[in-house]
Amino acid sequence: MEFKRKNIISIAELSADEILHILDTASSMKEVTSRNMKKVPTLKGITVVNLFFEPSTRTRSSFEIAEKRLSADILNFTSSQSSVVKGESLSDTAKNLESMGASIIVMRHSMSGAPWVLARETSASIINAGDGRHEHPSQSLLDLFTIRQVKGEIKNLNVLIVGDILNSRVARSNIHGLLKLGAKIKLVGPGSLVPDYFEQPGVKIFYNLEKALENADVIIMLRVQKERKSLEYFPSIREYSRFYGLTGEKLKIAKNDVTIMHPGPINRGVEMTSEVADDSRSVILDQVTNGIAVRMAMLYLSASWRSNNL
Amino acid sequence: MKTLIKNGKVIDPSQKIEKKMNILIDGKIIKDYPVNIKELEKRKDLKVIDAKGLIVVPGLIDIHVHLREPGFEYKETIKTGTLSAAAGGFTSIACMPNTNPINDNASVTDYILLKARTEGIVNVLPIGAITKSEEGSELAEIGEMYKAGCVAISDDGVPVTNSNLMRRAMEYVKAFNIPVIVHAEDTYLSDDGVMNEGKISTMLGLKGIPNASEEVMIARDIFLSELTGTDLHICHVSTEGSVRVIKEAKKRGVKVTAEATPHHFLLTDEEVGNYNTNAKMNPPLRSSKDVKAINKGLKDGTLDVIATDHAPHSEDEKNVEFDIAPFGIVGLETALPLSLKLVEDKVLTINQVIEKLTINPAKIVNSDKGTLKKNKIADITIFDPNDEYNIDKNNFYSKGKNTPFQDWKVRGKVKYTIVSGKVVYTN
Repeated sequence: MEFKRKNIISIAELSADEILHILDTASSMKEVTSRNMKKVPTLKGITVVNLFFEPSTRTRSSFEIAEKRLSADILNFTSSQSSVVKGESLSDTAKNLESMGASIIVMRHSMSGAPWVLARETSASIINAGDGRHEHPSQSLLDLFTIRQVKGEIKNLNVLIVGDILNSRVARSNIHGLLKLGAKIKLVGPGSLVPDYFEQPGVKIFYNLEKALENADVIIMLRVQKERKSLEYFPSIREYSRFYGLTGEKLKIAKNDVTIMHPGPINRGVEMTSEVADDSRSVILDQVTNGIAVRMAMLYLSASWRSNNL
Repeated sequence: MKTLIKNGKVIDPSQKIEKKMNILIDGKIIKDYPVNIKELEKRKDLKVIDAKGLIVVPGLIDIHVHLREPGFEYKETIKTGTLSAAAGGFTSIACMPNTNPINDNASVTDYILLKARTEGIVNVLPIGAITKSEEGSELAEIGEMYKAGCVAISDDGVPVTNSNLMRRAMEYVKAFNIPVIVHAEDTYLSDDGVMNEGKISTMLGLKGIPNASEEVMIARDIFLSELTGTDLHICHVSTEGSVRVIKEAKKRGVKVTAEATPHHFLLTDEEVGNYNTNAKMNPPLRSSKDVKAINKGLKDGTLDVIATDHAPHSEDEKNVEFDIAPFGIVGLETALPLSLKLVEDKVLTINQVIEKLTINPAKIVNSDKGTLKKNKIADITIFDPNDEYNIDKNNFYSKGKNTPFQDWKVRGKVKYTIVSGKVVYTN
């Protein structure tokens, strides 16, 4: 199968087959990462720019490791401030990076849709590493990869996404990805963070975590995003964690073989107790490992599109 | 100098005229509707416009325009804005006060009118700010601005959140008999939203502006108008609930009028697509249910006026992340053909469309324009209702190219725009 996209900006635009193609490619990449010599020359001579307008440690590190394992030339372009403050427009930044020979731009930005601005202005391939509250495709793909690894198949699984759905790009990408692969989704959180607009065939909304946990196969706990003003939407962390924090006690309601996930970094004692985070059914660290393989797959497929089409 | 417009189909809702007839202009004035023109045509000093197959209407009036001058001349000037108006068939436009400096005192009003007299192509009717610097804390010098030529006061762009101050403004304008024009929005509810709140904003991860943000403020201002007895005009109505509230108020005899823009009666929030900043305006494009209600409101008369909210911005300003792109689109050069779609869609008769673009807006700002009555100033627009073409922003006279209607196939092209008896635009 040939990958037919110049950019990977959203899960919303991918078909189920395309998602599976990326996941299958990630499986081969995972094999590479398990070798003693973890490096292949696939992206040799290709310049990849990591363009980060928002602080990020794990996503950026994960992409960087993925790029290194594929032997790409890497340029890190980090700015904690958005382009507005810096004075240069995003479209000018895009043109500059292209002039420097960037083939692939991995971008993180605090504003939803920013990758589209970039994509319109440059012939480089854009990989979205998270845009505002919109999407976080690489996180979703690694979540899907991990679920598939643990459960075999995603179809018909009962998947809970718990927490600040409103402000979460991880939730949005996962809603698209999980629905396309046939899972049933329950969104759980306080009413102010789970607007009704999310409801659609295959997606149900719950304000009560205990009720939602019945028959759960997978639980994706979201981070309380203090930087996205989550705290304006509920009275206190204490009250939040009482109602929506995952504890060992609540976990008993779910299926015995429930899988516990979290995109990280965890606020221990807020979204989940340490007991849950370190439970044998928690795959939080597998997610991190799989993230590298998935990002290698995204980079590899983007590069292969470029060699086939340019 | 006399001008004869012959053979045209004249539509003048102010006189309930819709028939083929001739119009004779003498100097600045509409002189007569001559039936027998043979003798007249022999005169050498007569200019003849043959309007065969064309429609002749009172010069269109847009009571919601941002001319950007003073302060934002890179977006638009009084010269380019009024030229854009003329090209769109508008002979009078009212300009909102959110310039820099803000039109909150008579010297700014004077400046605008001076520029309009020296460089303007069509009539400019300034609208003054309700509060000083549009800060919502102290009343602006409304009386002074009225004396200088302001036809209304408005908080367009920066709503007055203090209800008591709004009440005082409504009471204060009674002495001058000018309306209060409101951009109804509860900015707390909007909460820095950038598009319509709904499924689309939710999945795009863009902050939504709920319908209620507009509706609660319209309800407030209607009750304040009832309390004070002051004429209230509501800008760019965008929701089903707003139409319902206004309709009910009118039924009770509240002195409220309201407008709709072409984008709100034609487009939905789906237009935002992949973060198209030319679909970003405030109030935002709403759902199809709302669009239906706006159409219905136009049809049953709840919405009196079609106005553009012409809001030019530079391309650089719009070519950015959706969150930081400015609100607004241009409208003067597309309003007439887009409004004629309402006729095609059997929402309005052509007579009703013209009414909402002429006599109705004139009445709101207490202007004696918007009519072809004899002895009135000859502001006249002549258009070809059948000329079909694709909208092309590159042909706009406005400096603003920010339109979501690029490449739309439309019908209705302005052929002549006449201001005070003088042809200021032909095509």
